[in-house]
Amino acid sequence: MSVAEETGYGEAICRGFEHLLANHPEVFAIGQGVWSPWYVGNSMTGLDEKFGRERVIDTPVSELACTGAAIGAALCGYRPIVIHPRMDFMLLAVDQIVNQAAKWSHMFGGQIAPAVTIRAIINRGGEQGAQHSQALHAWFAHIPGLRVVMPSTAEDARDLLVSSVLCDDPVMYIDDRWLYGRKSVLKKVEERPLAGVGPVIRRRGTDVTLAGAGYSAWLCEEAAQTLAADGIDAEVIDIRVLNPFDPAQILESVKRTGVLCVVDGGWGPAGFAAEVITSIVESVNPNVLKRAPVRITLPFAPAPASRALESTYYPTADTVVAAIRKLLS
Amino acid sequence: MTEFKSELGGLADPSLHQGPLEVAGVDPATLRKYLADMLTIRLAEEAIGVLVEEGLARTPCHLAIGQEAIAVGVSASLNRRDRVFGGHRSHSHLLALGGDLFGLIAEILGKVDGVSRGMGGSMHLYSPSVGFQGCVPLVGATIPIAVGAALAARMDRKGTIAVSYFGDGAAEEGVFHESLNLAAAQRLPILFVCENNLFSSHLDILLRQPSDRIARFAEAHMIRSATVDGNDILAVAAAAASLVAHAREGRGPVFLEAVTYRHRGHVGPKEDIDVGVRRTMTELGKWKRRDPILRLLAGMQSRKLIDDAGFDTLRGEIRRKVADARAKAESAPYPDASALLGAVYRSADERR
Repeated sequence: MSVAEETGYGEAICRGFEHLLANHPEVFAIGQGVWSPWYVGNSMTGLDEKFGRERVIDTPVSELACTGAAIGAALCGYRPIVIHPRMDFMLLAVDQIVNQAAKWSHMFGGQIAPAVTIRAIINRGGEQGAQHSQALHAWFAHIPGLRVVMPSTAEDARDLLVSSVLCDDPVMYIDDRWLYGRKSVLKKVEERPLAGVGPVIRRRGTDVTLAGAGYSAWLCEEAAQTLAADGIDAEVIDIRVLNPFDPAQILESVKRTGVLCVVDGGWGPAGFAAEVITSIVESVNPNVLKRAPVRITLPFAPAPASRALESTYYPTADTVVAAIRKLLS
Repeated sequence: MTEFKSELGGLADPSLHQGPLEVAGVDPATLRKYLADMLTIRLAEEAIGVLVEEGLARTPCHLAIGQEAIAVGVSASLNRRDRVFGGHRSHSHLLALGGDLFGLIAEILGKVDGVSRGMGGSMHLYSPSVGFQGCVPLVGATIPIAVGAALAARMDRKGTIAVSYFGDGAAEEGVFHESLNLAAAQRLPILFVCENNLFSSHLDILLRQPSDRIARFAEAHMIRSATVDGNDILAVAAAAASLVAHAREGRGPVFLEAVTYRHRGHVGPKEDIDVGVRRTMTELGKWKRRDPILRLLAGMQSRKLIDDAGFDTLRGEIRRKVADARAKAESAPYPDASALLGAVYRSADERR
């Protein structure tokens, strides 16, 4: 009997690209560094050789024009994926993402929308400092007309990429280099409509609801395992789709546990954790909540470069465990 | 403050180039079409100006009165499969492609039968059936989008091109330079059209740039270019034809700079609204004598291709069409309340 082979998150993204490029001639990839593992890790290895450099296009250092070009090609019937190897640099393209991609459907009465996927990679740590570190998903969750997804497992890394690219709306797909080593067994690719995908329960539990997206969802799963040894039974919800955000799954969970902790890799003020907590608080009877909801986010400061400061900057599974122990004590 | 000198010279001098166009050798039917198309834009925009003055249109209307020759001259080399993008001042681009007059006016009145179903207003127009793929008011924003359409055109391999209209102000945006470089590096089939009307809203180009000649940026990006009198329909059409042929043959991007002047303020129907920094009513008076429609008309009259009665008939016919479109647009319905949330996402959300 053979053991099912596991695939890492980075390689799973590459499997998603392969499926799309092999089966959908209208798909192409464009972005800085897509011919180089230096930029995109193992998530696009060999794609240019396999599918040609006309469909896997490495570009000038022009985030704004390249994003606009992807949108323009999408308006002409293609399904491009524009790759931003670091989310911080993608900020140079915000006009095209927020003012253009997100608004063309509404501005033109639903006659057209760019079916573009904007892939943003969160790439932080390693003393890279303030401009090589940011997780800005909350900005884009604020914008009507964009869809925003953050896979936390290898399987979702592949499948949400496929769903994003085949979606008729502009989608921001955010992957995280800290997850590239996370492995799962990949089933056969199924092309599922993105509009049918939402938050999912990763672990059933009765004492506390932990919710997060992307890397934060993994932290919740890791923390839940440690908490189980303490006799605390945590339910974990992987949010997956931040825009449009559907709080129903988390709401049902909180009705059962009465305790909510949201973990988020962004900052607290006006952040995504605040959106999750508000969505729940405004929808449940106050008597349901046994504790005031808590959020675990970054300190409200840019990422430091010095290892002495960086070592305490990012929340870890231990941070989550400590917070839950305190909350339930 | 440093005073920069005009590099455009006579092209930017309104006391020159006021005489009749020399139309000898041009097909009379083509001339009549140019005249009718420019006049349609002129009369439509005058009517839109009236709608603004009457308070019926509130959406910001940026009129291209005085600049009609550029859109008409460029469109003469395009077909319906080419993909054209514009900016905030794009009524002329839409109409020159044969866009629907009623659809334009209905859009400006926010009616559901408008070209953008009443959701866009004057600055967000969409009419793909004639090749007009959209315009938006963020300065320079459709330039990279048009480059993407050119990328699509190259992948389509059907000999189509993309066209990007923008003004001289857009040349001051970073994305303009990124886009020219990307198009040149990828050798994409695109025509960049700079309608250089010498002003970005209120400010004279030589108070914003060290030169008033925008084609210098095309040269820096190794893009073939031409700078012409934008109030001379024959000069615009000839330059566009040659540049479009180059792009259509797959020989890379091309750039047309057409020097012109708008008769009205940056936004709205008033002529004197931007007067103050450098734009004066005296200068406007000179530019009105360099009017693209009057110059073509005078040229056609001197060759006996049209007489006063013929012109009156043509103008009367177009006026009637514009008035009919306005009346129909006024009585058209507004979008239903459901339109507000209905078009935010194009694919239906199966979870709700």
